[in-house]
Amino acid sequence: MDFFQGMADNFSNLWTIIGDLTVTGLTQGAIYALIALGYTLVYGVLQLINFAHSEVFLVGAFGSVMVWGWLGYSSGAAAVPPLLVVIGMLLLGAVTASIFSGGTALIIERVAYRPLRRKNAPRLIFLITAIGASVAISEIVGLLVDRKVVSTPALVHQKFQVWFDPSDIGLNINSFGITNLQIGIVLCAIGMWLALDLFLNRTKFGLGIRSVAQDEDTAALMGVNKDRVIMLTFLLGGLAAGVAAVLYNLKFPQITFDMGFLLGIKAFTAAVLGGIGNLRGALVGGLVLGLVENWGAGFFGNDWMNVTAFVVLVVVLMFRPTGILGDSLGKARA
Amino acid sequence: MLLEIEDLNVHYGRIQALHGISLTVDEGEIVALIGANGAGKSTTMRAISGLRRASAGRILFGGDDITRMRADRRVVAGISQAPEGRGIFPGMTVLENLTMGAYTRKDKAAVAADQQRVFELFPRLAERRKQPGGTLSGGEQQMLAIGRALMSRPKLMLLDEPSMGLAPMLIRQIFDIILEIREQGTTILLVEQNAQQALSRADRAYVLETGAITRSGSGSDLLVDPAVRDAYLGVA
Amino acid sequence: MTLTDKLRTAGQKIRTADEKRASFIQGARGRWHDLPKAWRIAAALAGVVVLFALPNLYIPGIPFRTDEVDGGNSFGFVLSTIAIYVLVAIGLNVVIGMAGLLDLGYIGFYAVGAYSVALFGSPQSIVATKFPWLICVPIAIALAMVSGVILGTPTLRLRGDYLAIVTLGFGEIVRLIAVNAEFTNGTSGLGGMPTPPGTWPAGTELEGTKLFSVNDSRPFYWLTLVLIFAVIFGVKQLERSRVGRSWLALREDEDAASLMGVATFQFKLWAFAIGAGIGGLSGAMFASRNGHFGSNSITLLLSIMFVAAVVLGGQGNILGVTVGTVLAFYLPERFRSFADKRDLIFGLALILIMVLRPQGLLPSRRRARELADRRQEAKEATIVG
Repeated sequence: MDFFQGMADNFSNLWTIIGDLTVTGLTQGAIYALIALGYTLVYGVLQLINFAHSEVFLVGAFGSVMVWGWLGYSSGAAAVPPLLVVIGMLLLGAVTASIFSGGTALIIERVAYRPLRRKNAPRLIFLITAIGASVAISEIVGLLVDRKVVSTPALVHQKFQVWFDPSDIGLNINSFGITNLQIGIVLCAIGMWLALDLFLNRTKFGLGIRSVAQDEDTAALMGVNKDRVIMLTFLLGGLAAGVAAVLYNLKFPQITFDMGFLLGIKAFTAAVLGGIGNLRGALVGGLVLGLVENWGAGFFGNDWMNVTAFVVLVVVLMFRPTGILGDSLGKARA
Repeated sequence: MLLEIEDLNVHYGRIQALHGISLTVDEGEIVALIGANGAGKSTTMRAISGLRRASAGRILFGGDDITRMRADRRVVAGISQAPEGRGIFPGMTVLENLTMGAYTRKDKAAVAADQQRVFELFPRLAERRKQPGGTLSGGEQQMLAIGRALMSRPKLMLLDEPSMGLAPMLIRQIFDIILEIREQGTTILLVEQNAQQALSRADRAYVLETGAITRSGSGSDLLVDPAVRDAYLGVA
Repeated sequence: MTLTDKLRTAGQKIRTADEKRASFIQGARGRWHDLPKAWRIAAALAGVVVLFALPNLYIPGIPFRTDEVDGGNSFGFVLSTIAIYVLVAIGLNVVIGMAGLLDLGYIGFYAVGAYSVALFGSPQSIVATKFPWLICVPIAIALAMVSGVILGTPTLRLRGDYLAIVTLGFGEIVRLIAVNAEFTNGTSGLGGMPTPPGTWPAGTELEGTKLFSVNDSRPFYWLTLVLIFAVIFGVKQLERSRVGRSWLALREDEDAASLMGVATFQFKLWAFAIGAGIGGLSGAMFASRNGHFGSNSITLLLSIMFVAAVVLGGQGNILGVTVGTVLAFYLPERFRSFADKRDLIFGLALILIMVLRPQGLLPSRRRARELADRRQEAKEATIVG
């Protein structure tokens, strides 16, 4: 009976804090989703798991913190700057991070993948060079910051915009709030997805990407330059990762040179969960993973949060490798 | 000469698929390439459009050597292809497939006009313009492949088995349209297993056997050539 | 000269040097086979003797020993670590090189082996059965194999790169359980591991004291060498058997193999289980050598390093994977001044070597041919640049 009592206690614990867990989960999930977009884009076009994508995110995160620091906005700053400055800094951070991330993504493509594509190397070899690139990039960042933890500046004054008290309507749930930053992060993820979706479906470059994803040979017969399309795909993934990096910097007080690995695996899990190769899947997968992970932490305890994420990955791949929404960037693949 | 192929060799691993093929296509012609399955017809087409590399020999287009030009550049140079198996993008609508055909062009107004022209040529496609390419019937896909190949305003159009898998009435219709396309000024090189149709509509033709050209001549001459009749026309 | 030109010439030079090296190896292989059999046996025996003598070997003027470097670890310790990792690589080679299954979470099996010894042998464990070493090791191998089957049954139907990620997830789950569960005691881990039986023989310096102890790692190195030879022998037999031929068929073309009636799933599972068993054995050796095992010893980077070492050396070829592993783990110990840049150098080397030689440094001949065919195919197929 102890076991069942324990489970019931865990559950009631989860239930009382479910409001907070849900909000946190969606916020984290939005960041996973933004990184997942990069995995999904590259996979959709090349059927390649870009294992080094986590470092694309990492470089963006450090790049933007560095530029903010040059302008005097480091973690030491006492007060939150005035609104106009904040907006300027956020835009600047987004641009910087996108340049850093996009550039990293292009370098990875050029150095670690393109020579192998020329040789028609087996998939396994791509994964190995990707691992090499991932290790090398995070080590370069590590050497540059002496492997120290880097604090991010508190640019946004986080305040509660909305406050809920479910006990008002008779539910036994603790009251919880949603901050401006949390709303902003989720909106950014949705916005990025919309922008990418429009780009893919409404522009000529988007059409080019879709054509290579669906049929490389015929795409070449239409005059599509495959190398250019692949570069563009990596660049787009890099831009999304750059946005994710800025949001991460705003949400979390510290970044480390080796944080890419875990985030990368989770974002990849999100992409698979939603259906890899499918943009909407990346968004849905990210949010669902964030929720499951945080609810899991509420139920089993914080120590088990990451285990929940990996169990989700294994279970999804075992029972529904095409994910929640299936894949759709290319043609349906079994 | 619009297209000149000199002594073209193509290999697949250790297997040689083409053994020194030479052929020419003059501006305004319809030239047919006939032969049995595996004779190397599609390989020839892929070598011309740049999907397969030549291991030896030269391909000249409008006098320029394009042997080592990338496939996508050849589209800009003026070659387009309706490939074997049609190559319709299954996840794109009919309209998007046609837009893909004009991928290299920047003159938007003229592209829209050409699109209109394709819809006039193939009214079926106009009815289905919003439908995904993967849901079209075989005949509709063939029309779309030809229409799409027209969209780049090619000087030379390569058609790989346009009659494959179609009903006889539809085959006649497709060949009528091919003639019409030529009338409008596009040169055509087509590959066919349906030798009867191909030879009766083409100005000239080449017969391909196990990777080499064994016969050539005007379409009407080959139609009455006893060896050709024996091998490809199914009449004794 | 512009930068691109310089890079191009540099690349060209590296390529020529690499081709020279490859043809040298090819030549060496030929010459080796041309030698009379008696010579070959004598040379092999001499090699084995050198391997066993290695921990006590000093060569004046050639400071190959790690304890000759500032702050270096005891050479016996380093050698035993490398030997254990070579054992890991040989097991991983069964999974990757022979059956063609990419397992990124192989360290999971290694951990299962190590914790089995800890759990059943250590007086600090909650089970506290305090089994002797000779009983713990078979248990470790068996549990690792069982976990291989448990992981393999649902996942081996997945396509290659998906399998890679699931196994990575599995490795991470094992690690997190080790960190968080009570029975593993987290980062503090469990101590007092059982050791193999035996005492130093008469006439040696330490006569009468326990042969295997944390004070001297050399006996562990010798024992691991013996295990390596035994495992290589077993794996070679396996490779020549029906199972080995099925793996080959499966690796080259799974669909064709399955059409020809190879029970693909069953043979994949075998590869996974056998690989896992060898991984468990290595983990058990590692835990008893250290006398202690905690969750710090399991990192996914280590797991990935194993895979990289196998592919780097030349998957499918036991000599190749051994060389790859020795290089990957010996060089950073020997050149400690680079220690903080070792992962960086490792990452860059990984890209460079894979781009130049996807088949690895010392590939199996069959693998090299497969890759050359693919490269040729790529050359014929498309026009690039």
